[in-house]
Amino acid sequence: MTSFGSDLLAILPELIVVTAACLVLVLDPVTPASKKELLAWISLGALALCIGLTGGQIGMLNMRVFAFNDLVVVDAYARFWKLLLYVVTGLTILMSLPYLKVERLQLGEYYGFTLLALSGMLVMVSGADLLTIYLGTELMSLSLYVMAGLKRSPRSLEASAKYFVLGAFSSGLLLYGISLLYGATGGTKLASIAGAIGTRGFEDPLLLIATILLTVGFGFKLAVVPFHMWTPDVYQGAPTSVTAFMAVASKAASFAAFLRVFVEGLGGLKADWSPLFLALCLVTLILGNVVAIVQTNIKRMLAYSSIAHAGYALIGLVAAGRGMGESGATSGLASVMLYLVVYAFMTLGAFAVIGMFRKGGIEGEEIEDFSGLAKRQPLAALLMLVFMVSLAGIPPTAGFIGKFYVFMAAVEAGLSWLAVAALIFAAVSAYYYMRVVMVMYMREPEATVVDIPQLVPSPALSIVLACAIAGVIIFGLFPNPLVSLALQSVLSLK
Amino acid sequence: MELIFFFYFALVIALASVLVVALRNPIYSALSLLIMFFHVAGLYVTLHAEFLAAVQIIVYAGAILVLYLFVVMLLNLRHDERYHRQWPVAGLIGLTLVIEGLVLAIFSRRTASSGPTSTETAVEGLGNTEAIGDVLYSTYLFPFEVASLILLVAMIGAIILAKRNIGQDDGLHVANAQVETR
Repeated sequence: MTSFGSDLLAILPELIVVTAACLVLVLDPVTPASKKELLAWISLGALALCIGLTGGQIGMLNMRVFAFNDLVVVDAYARFWKLLLYVVTGLTILMSLPYLKVERLQLGEYYGFTLLALSGMLVMVSGADLLTIYLGTELMSLSLYVMAGLKRSPRSLEASAKYFVLGAFSSGLLLYGISLLYGATGGTKLASIAGAIGTRGFEDPLLLIATILLTVGFGFKLAVVPFHMWTPDVYQGAPTSVTAFMAVASKAASFAAFLRVFVEGLGGLKADWSPLFLALCLVTLILGNVVAIVQTNIKRMLAYSSIAHAGYALIGLVAAGRGMGESGATSGLASVMLYLVVYAFMTLGAFAVIGMFRKGGIEGEEIEDFSGLAKRQPLAALLMLVFMVSLAGIPPTAGFIGKFYVFMAAVEAGLSWLAVAALIFAAVSAYYYMRVVMVMYMREPEATVVDIPQLVPSPALSIVLACAIAGVIIFGLFPNPLVSLALQSVLSLK
Repeated sequence: MELIFFFYFALVIALASVLVVALRNPIYSALSLLIMFFHVAGLYVTLHAEFLAAVQIIVYAGAILVLYLFVVMLLNLRHDERYHRQWPVAGLIGLTLVIEGLVLAIFSRRTASSGPTSTETAVEGLGNTEAIGDVLYSTYLFPFEVASLILLVAMIGAIILAKRNIGQDDGLHVANAQVETR
């Protein structure tokens, strides 16, 4: 056993996040309601510290630290995801500052739970053992269940309850899969599972059942069809800033753990899980994109869009499973990582614009509420235009780059037909994204609406929007540094 | 001999679990849950994990289930018919899965895995309790700490969701007023 001190050093970012969360929770009761923003700044400070810590090591691609008896691993892959998660959490907290004020929801617990959810995600991302990954998932999900219900309107509570019941069910299935895997291979460490599969082959039916159960369990967290039922209701009911956090951070962390489990642990079963994911990916693309067309609430539309985006990201994993040589697998996995980074920025931006419209009794969530926005608020309309264009995957935005690399990986793996099918559905998706643009630019503001939703600008929100738009444009024009970082980070995943 | 006990416990666990969701009276459901907990404890005994068996009975049967019964009785829940319309579909899917499992179990030439080291060798020399404590606070220290965080989140989360009038209009005014009077 290595010394305890070096173990603690390896998980220093997690410790900082948890300490900050506890500090926020303890300080909350003694902070007057008018000064709750102080708690947000404490959280942001902790995140800045973590970004410094992990970001400083991002160049050391070969550094791979195991801690706590190999239950935790900090490698280039984990650091890539952690950095993304810090940034996303920081932007979410900034976005929440004005939003919570408008919602009259100034709870210190909000920031505490955001940080605790983040710590769960960090554990998931650097878990080298199914036990650690499972517990990280639970920590993240439990915090998110509470956050979804924080608004305490009937709809918000319904979202929380639905999310909780279905999430608990999916955790049960995940745990069942893990226990079967333990029974079949004699270990929960990903390395020992891979070793056992390597020596014993695939004929064991237990392995197959375990793979299916793990897929279902993760499928719920990733909101992949047919395990997506909770997504629209939860995304609609939860406070907008929480929805953004769920749609981006929880999806990224789940994908990170999902890739690690299936590549590092079950890599020997590639031939089995690749067709399974191919089917899931196709159904997800079809249902997500088609159902999004008929939505009138923009948060519901973005929920279906996030389902569809999970489908696009899955293409990369399918390609990695099919990839003959090492290089095929690498580019497939790297394309998933790239896609989620790009997705994070454009989705956060879109939700930030929606969050701005929340004012008084008006939700500002119906697509109709956006009519004539270009006349009233040209800048906000322009920002929304860029995010929608990027979500649809039109160059020169980052959304195009993300889709481009995923499709390239599919073509390299000999799945050209899948790339073509996905391209068709990307065209379908352009319809509902462009409808928002059309409503903003081509339609006059409705005179019948007495209290037209107004923008509620604030410095914090401006920072979020600036970061999101910068991410969308910069990654769209100069993707190379990010691509090479993803390609190199994924190499540690073996 | 061990196999007979295993199959007895496994069968009763499965049956009792089905009864928990199938019975219409919540009290009966809770009682079948109790039966299930006891048989799970029995399963632990056959695995030579006596400490776990004792904890299972004390914590689950003794504490959690009693709380559960209290809530059921306090709320005076009526028979709930809402969830029984899906019986045919659920039964069909369940039956398919059972048959599938049986087919896989009988017809696959599954060799007994060398598998994990059995509890017997793990607790040899040490006591049962000592062996668990040893593993829990050394090898699995990290998951143990994460689990404690999960409990913290669950506790605070339950309090927040159950608290009335936070964030709502009047709630905020009350909070403000309290702050101002301080």
